[in-house]
Amino acid sequence: MSNQDNPATTNDREESMSQVTGSQASNTRDRNANNRSVSSHSLADVANARLTKVGTPTISGSGLEARGIHAWFGSKHVLEDISLDFFTGTVTALIGPSGCGKSTFIRILNRMHEFIPTAALAGQVILDGKDVYDSGVDVTKIRLKVGMVFQKPNPFPSMTIKENVLSGLKLSQLKIENADELLESCLRRAGLWDEVKDRLNEYGGALSGGQQQRLCIARSLAVNPQVLLMDEPCSALDPGSTLRIEETIRELSDSMSIVIVTHNMQQAARVSDYTGFFLSDGGPGRLIESGTTNDIFTNPREKRTEDYVSGRFG
Amino acid sequence: MSQTQFAVKPARPWKLSIRSLIPDILGAFFTVFGSLAIVAITPLKGKLGFALVLITLAIITATTVSWLRKDRKAAMNSRTTVLVYIAAAFVIIPLTSILYEVVRLGTAGFSLRIFTEDMSVTASDTDLSEGGLLHAVIGTAYVVFFATILSTPIGVLTALYIVEVKGRFAGLVRFFVQAMSGVPSIVAGLFIFAFWMIQMGNAYSGVAGAFALTVLMIPTVARTSEEVLKLIPQDLREAGLALGATQWRTVATVVIPAAKSGLVTAIILGIARVVGETAPLLVTIGGADAVNLNPLDGNMSAFPMYVWKNLLIGSPNAVSRAWLGLFVLMVSVLIFFAMARYFSSARRRSA
Amino acid sequence: MTIVAPDKKVTPAPRVITTEPRITDKVFRAVVTGGGMISLVLLGLIAYFLIFNGFEAIRNAGLGFLTGFEWEDAIPEIGQDARYGIGAMLFGTIVTGIIAMLFAVPISVGTALFLSYYAPEWLKKPMVIVVDVMAAIPSIVYGLWGYFVFMPHAEYWAKLIHKYLGFIPIFDMPAPVFTRSPFVAGLVLAIMITPIITAISREVFAQTPPERIQAAYALGATKWAMVKAVVFPYGRGGVVGGAMLGLGRAMGETVAVYTVLNLVYDIRIEVLLSAGGNVASMIVNKFGEADFVELQALMAAGFVLFLVTLIVNFIANFIINKTARE
Repeated sequence: MSNQDNPATTNDREESMSQVTGSQASNTRDRNANNRSVSSHSLADVANARLTKVGTPTISGSGLEARGIHAWFGSKHVLEDISLDFFTGTVTALIGPSGCGKSTFIRILNRMHEFIPTAALAGQVILDGKDVYDSGVDVTKIRLKVGMVFQKPNPFPSMTIKENVLSGLKLSQLKIENADELLESCLRRAGLWDEVKDRLNEYGGALSGGQQQRLCIARSLAVNPQVLLMDEPCSALDPGSTLRIEETIRELSDSMSIVIVTHNMQQAARVSDYTGFFLSDGGPGRLIESGTTNDIFTNPREKRTEDYVSGRFG
Repeated sequence: MSQTQFAVKPARPWKLSIRSLIPDILGAFFTVFGSLAIVAITPLKGKLGFALVLITLAIITATTVSWLRKDRKAAMNSRTTVLVYIAAAFVIIPLTSILYEVVRLGTAGFSLRIFTEDMSVTASDTDLSEGGLLHAVIGTAYVVFFATILSTPIGVLTALYIVEVKGRFAGLVRFFVQAMSGVPSIVAGLFIFAFWMIQMGNAYSGVAGAFALTVLMIPTVARTSEEVLKLIPQDLREAGLALGATQWRTVATVVIPAAKSGLVTAIILGIARVVGETAPLLVTIGGADAVNLNPLDGNMSAFPMYVWKNLLIGSPNAVSRAWLGLFVLMVSVLIFFAMARYFSSARRRSA
Repeated sequence: MTIVAPDKKVTPAPRVITTEPRITDKVFRAVVTGGGMISLVLLGLIAYFLIFNGFEAIRNAGLGFLTGFEWEDAIPEIGQDARYGIGAMLFGTIVTGIIAMLFAVPISVGTALFLSYYAPEWLKKPMVIVVDVMAAIPSIVYGLWGYFVFMPHAEYWAKLIHKYLGFIPIFDMPAPVFTRSPFVAGLVLAIMITPIITAISREVFAQTPPERIQAAYALGATKWAMVKAVVFPYGRGGVVGGAMLGLGRAMGETVAVYTVLNLVYDIRIEVLLSAGGNVASMIVNKFGEADFVELQALMAAGFVLFLVTLIVNFIANFIINKTARE
């Protein structure tokens, strides 16, 4: 199964990726080379089977970019020098063993990190050309542009399905012309419309886990975010719901950037265009390697990446 | 971005900088001086007037400033923040006043001498250099001591029934104990009066008061003990039973020692609850002026009675004595309260 | 060779396991059950003795006991029977309770919110201790402080309210006596029950599921928007239950009301006027010199008070238990 993208463009993107991560660009991608091949064929096949999107690289802000992010809890250094570009219209997966700071990292992207009393950070998060941590920035507006879906589905139980989807608007006191249109469009995009269209006035707690998670996705969509962060959104769900949500993720990436933290490498291979591999050796978490998902799973540059994706640890 | 050579410093860019706080500080100044101005101009006068104007102006200013700077939702948020701070102030101010006044008015006549004399030979009217409250101390000690002796076993047994034995009526007992903790103290006193005095023909005495306080103390001890016992993890009990112990042995040698400091807390909280109760004593112990060493016979005094009697007399010296009694009472309550906190945190430390 | 019928799966019936407890355990259970039952029995005894002794009074007055506005001893000379009715005092109990709630609930909920979500870290722990200490202060302290320290202020406020809002009937005054009114009593009671309601509300707020709070913030909510959307819906039941517990406490309060409320046997809606009373303080007031007949009436009054507070507490605990289970 061959990749369907243009090798030239791939190399361009590789270059810009390597600029961002500061590691050396590889020379060629030799799919037949033996010495760097990955032993688990399935991951490579899965990665190669997917249509890789060509994302618009961010040069001047039309997307989300993390520059030199460090994070602390008190005096404990938990993230070191993370720089990543999140191209518009693509899905980026963050993989790595648990405890290496992936969840902390995405919480820095939508300014939820600061709720923890001992939290501190360094670096910048650039959205539309401006650092979201600048003084004078309205943090609630940032969270409207950078949405989040959590690991455990958390619809508001005191609200009906309809109220849940529109809750983002109510919380931010945004007025819209046609609430019902927005309601249907968000539920359709989240893949939930057909299942709940007759019971929009029932309470959100009556749905199954997978349905609740899709409800949460619809809820995030209602405020029209540019970026959607997802923190292991399927880890509490059964495989059937997981696959449906992965479909949803692929479709949503047409209109926004998605960043998904996942422990499930097959999921990363299935769903993402770009992947970042995090690792911590007992100290702060570092971004070991990032690149197209194909590269990471078929032909990783770093040995540690290769060890992880081939299951030798983690 | 390549790795930086220098050490990177942690920062908290979300913390409000002085610059961003300038509008709020200006708003605060405006509120204070505006209130002073309004009070000077309008008929609203005095501390109350100033307070009212200050509060109203603070709410309006905060809301408007946020509305102009950001939007409606931020304005509503600021308004609520101001309201919440005001509510907290409304709680702190009375407490501070109470503590301050009790200390101010109560320590006037304080000396260690008052713990050695009673009021049997001194009239309440006389100057505070004579007389004391020994009778109240002894009376309170008796009454509380007997109440503790009676209510502790019953309270702890009740908790054991609800948590360990889980009998058929456990839910009912729990509900009734909860209800009992709401019984007004005067009703407890009336009950003992009806039962011990009318029915059984006794006169005012210390034990009658102790009985009344027992009725009030049992629910507190029972409820706190129940919570404490519930906190003991089930594994401990299972470990005991798995070793072949009977339920009795498990409870006695595993559960109760583990819950020891919590149970002590429960008892102390019960004591703190009843040591200041007035109404039940008013109808059961008779309020003596002299030290009475016999709890079973004769009028007895206690702190609340002492205060009450002096309050009713009403002359300046009597009122001063009342405050003095209040002061000693408050100090006792605070000591018990501190002890309860100490024991409950000792439990957490060793748990 | 055994023949096995492939389609027959016989599920055995469950075994009946009987455990005969050892003697020590039997004794243990008996003792513990006895102790637990004492609590049940006590409540029943209270009710019984109050009714038993108050029966005569209720029988004589009938339902008028609850509604009658007079409390007159018998005057044998003119052949007048004693007439005892607690209507006025019951009204006062309710009125002072309502006034207390009006002030206590908003302040308590606001303070609980403050402690849960708004207070800076260094202030939280000291202030929680402050609130707990306030709950431990004996009511007689509130009584004296209320009379000597607080009442002059409250009197001043009452005068102002009458001056500016006197057209509203409840703020009107037939005579300008502002001290020791239901208004002042209600305020003192409010200060007294605030710590209880605050403590319960705070515990309820602390149990709000954090993932819902995170979800609200992730949608761009401000703190107040989050509280409205998540904390209040979740904590509603607990707060209501706590408020009712406070109401029960306020309605049964004796000494704190006695000092700041002038006992007058009349139903009046003018809350600023120095006249009113509640059942508990009336009992204390009349107890000292009551003859046997009056005592019966006082017992009956105590029983009514017992019932009323019991019902309020039942409802409160029911609400709290129900919402705690959700």
